[in-house]
Amino acid sequence: MLSRAAESIYWMSRYLERAENVARFIEVNCHLMLDLPVEAKGQWEPLVLTTGDQHLFYENYATDNQANVIDFLTFSPVNPNSILSCLQNARENARSIREIISTEMWEQINKFYLQVQNIDKPQAQDAPHTYFTDIIMASHLFTGIQRNTMSHNEAWQFAQLGRALERADKTSRILDVKYFFLLPEGDDVGTLYDNIQWSALLKSTTALEMYRKQFGPIEPHNVINFLILNREFPRAIRYCLFEANQSLHTISGTPEGSFQNPSEQVLGRLLAELDYTSIDEIITRGLHEYLDAFQTRLNQIDNAVFETFFTISPSTSTA
Amino acid sequence: MDFSSYKLDGFYDELFESPNSPHPGARVLLEKLGELSKDELQKRHQAAELALMNMGITFNVYGSEAGVEKIFPFDIIPRIVSHTDWTYIEKGLVQRIQALNLFLCDIYADQKILKDGIIPRYVIDTAKEFLKPCVDLSPPRGLWCHISGIDLVRDKDGQFYILEDNLRCPSGVSYVLENREVLKRIFPEVFEASHVRHVDDYPAQLLNTLRSLSPPHVTSPTVVLLTPGIYNSAYFEHAFLAQQMGIELVEGRDLVVTDGTVAMRTTRGFQRIDVIYRRIDADFIDPKVFRPDSMLGVPGLMEAYKKGQVAIANAPGTGIADDKVVYAYVPQIIKYYLNEDILLPNVPTYVCWDDKQREHVLENLDTLVVKAANESGGYGMLIGVNSTRAEREDFANRITQNPRNYIAQPTIALSRSPILVDDHFEGRHVDLRPYVLCNGEDTYVLPGGLTRVALKKGSLVVNSSQGGGSKDTWVLYDSDDPFVPYRHLSQTH
Repeated sequence: MLSRAAESIYWMSRYLERAENVARFIEVNCHLMLDLPVEAKGQWEPLVLTTGDQHLFYENYATDNQANVIDFLTFSPVNPNSILSCLQNARENARSIREIISTEMWEQINKFYLQVQNIDKPQAQDAPHTYFTDIIMASHLFTGIQRNTMSHNEAWQFAQLGRALERADKTSRILDVKYFFLLPEGDDVGTLYDNIQWSALLKSTTALEMYRKQFGPIEPHNVINFLILNREFPRAIRYCLFEANQSLHTISGTPEGSFQNPSEQVLGRLLAELDYTSIDEIITRGLHEYLDAFQTRLNQIDNAVFETFFTISPSTSTA
Repeated sequence: MDFSSYKLDGFYDELFESPNSPHPGARVLLEKLGELSKDELQKRHQAAELALMNMGITFNVYGSEAGVEKIFPFDIIPRIVSHTDWTYIEKGLVQRIQALNLFLCDIYADQKILKDGIIPRYVIDTAKEFLKPCVDLSPPRGLWCHISGIDLVRDKDGQFYILEDNLRCPSGVSYVLENREVLKRIFPEVFEASHVRHVDDYPAQLLNTLRSLSPPHVTSPTVVLLTPGIYNSAYFEHAFLAQQMGIELVEGRDLVVTDGTVAMRTTRGFQRIDVIYRRIDADFIDPKVFRPDSMLGVPGLMEAYKKGQVAIANAPGTGIADDKVVYAYVPQIIKYYLNEDILLPNVPTYVCWDDKQREHVLENLDTLVVKAANESGGYGMLIGVNSTRAEREDFANRITQNPRNYIAQPTIALSRSPILVDDHFEGRHVDLRPYVLCNGEDTYVLPGGLTRVALKKGSLVVNSSQGGGSKDTWVLYDSDDPFVPYRHLSQTH
């Protein structure tokens, strides 16, 4: 397929996934605030930290209260990672590959964008649950449509690749930020308050129920284990990379367990490391340090995918 | 909702013969519409707009807040063309396109038509769209124009006239297909009862036409559609057609000429291309040959084309046939190449470079329509009857300074068709753009076409850039042919 089209569908997918994750962060946080003691209600800044756009936020808003954070993360045109900006980008990418994706996909992405663009902002602020659940469902609808109306061909694999890498990124970021904010309060460890926080973290990745099936009670060590190393949960980092790796090998035809291009090499190596890492090693090393290094590796994968598939110049001609 | 208060105002109407008396082909439609209440009709109108919005058939509104998009205005009442009218139109279009293709072959080669004095050499020598780099090109099968859209209008007496030829990159066919899709959704019962010829065969016909241009030894040619990109106003159509045909939609930056052949950059390296359906003006397709500042084209494309390594549809250079001064000579062109009389007449046209004709034009600016020879989209036009003195003086000046660039025509009282205005129907002026495909052996005319409608009351300009909208166009089956309306068979099940 065209390199430009491959890049567009990859980014279309990443942006949609990003929008969905932001919506979930907000939705879960709104719930969390209802359960927290009054003095702890200021916890909106971590959401901005999760997206890594804190500088941009403070340039545009005076305080990190709920209304400002929701506005910044949902509607702000200056924030390239706001839900609206993500959908706009996803839609522009989709528009440039209208002939690659199915009409049903295009219509859904288009409706999705119009839905968010037409949201009554004050109402969304007052009743966030409805609005953000709708956004999450619109995203699920899109992935379902994509799975069922488009051939699982090369383009589809690029979409899967983009989504899987974006998911791994988002899970690692939210884990990093939440962990940073959760741990220092030594007195709270093991308290109800602590439990609520860890549950919220799991909910932000829709992992609470699946976590309980596997581990039962909330236990930070197990939560981290679940979100990083689980092989069956679709938002666990290990699972995401496994999926990404499969898509990559389906695209290239290279047998799994070997590599023929830099993207397969860096992704395969990271996946193998995860396969042979224990949660104790991660904790001993320090979760933040571990996740920081992980982020760097993810960026390398993204760069390698770009170099391998999206840029080709006549000097490498095989024609 | 009924049409009892609908007025014809002395114009030819596409649905009515006389007040309250529909054309035979429109009876079923009007009966069915009559059964729907005002509310119901309004509801369906809104459903149509929502469907178009969700399909993303929108354009960006320039000069307004960023991100504001509008749908192309669409009126839900279809325009109907009878079988008899269509048969006549079809014959006329086939004749015209055949003759114009022969003209293009000749004009870029021996120029016999100039030598024989049928068209003055001056007209061609001064034509902006006569592309010198195309002289002596020999496109596959000697065919220059494969895809065209010809604008027709109807006068007071119901006579069809050719208003304009579009042999470069005619657009609008996607609206024909999408309008039909929408109308089927919102008026299933009306559609079912009328015997409407289907239009969804167009993409397959277009693909066949394009594939037929590939070199004979290529068994499975790679065909692509070349677009200027997502910011082009017709981008929706480019993507739609590529999708319907299952071919790649490429931009200039996706293509490269290596070793004399054209290839696209893919995730697996370069892939050779055999046929390009270009939706970029010839001026922009190759900066080495045409406009050097073009960022949309592919350097070296023309060289590969000349060597027969790639086919391009339409061939660069077809724009000469769109020149409105050349248009004036089409009756002679048909006579010269086919030895036939023109079937679908031109609108009588005065060419201003001729002293006598110019004198007449300048004396009658208040009744004529003046057009620039190479403009389209309703630009560069003076409609005398609706003009101010200052506008007429401005045009008189322009004509005197550059007479070659102007033609003039009598004002045609364009036919009208009813549109839904709030809670009643009103007549608005319409034109018709049918689409014609040629592959050298057959000429295919899509049984339908784009009906453009001037939504502004009294306006004679139907272009979308000037407040025009569109309607679905129903070409009917021959009501006397027992084999054609398949639905009769299915109704007995």
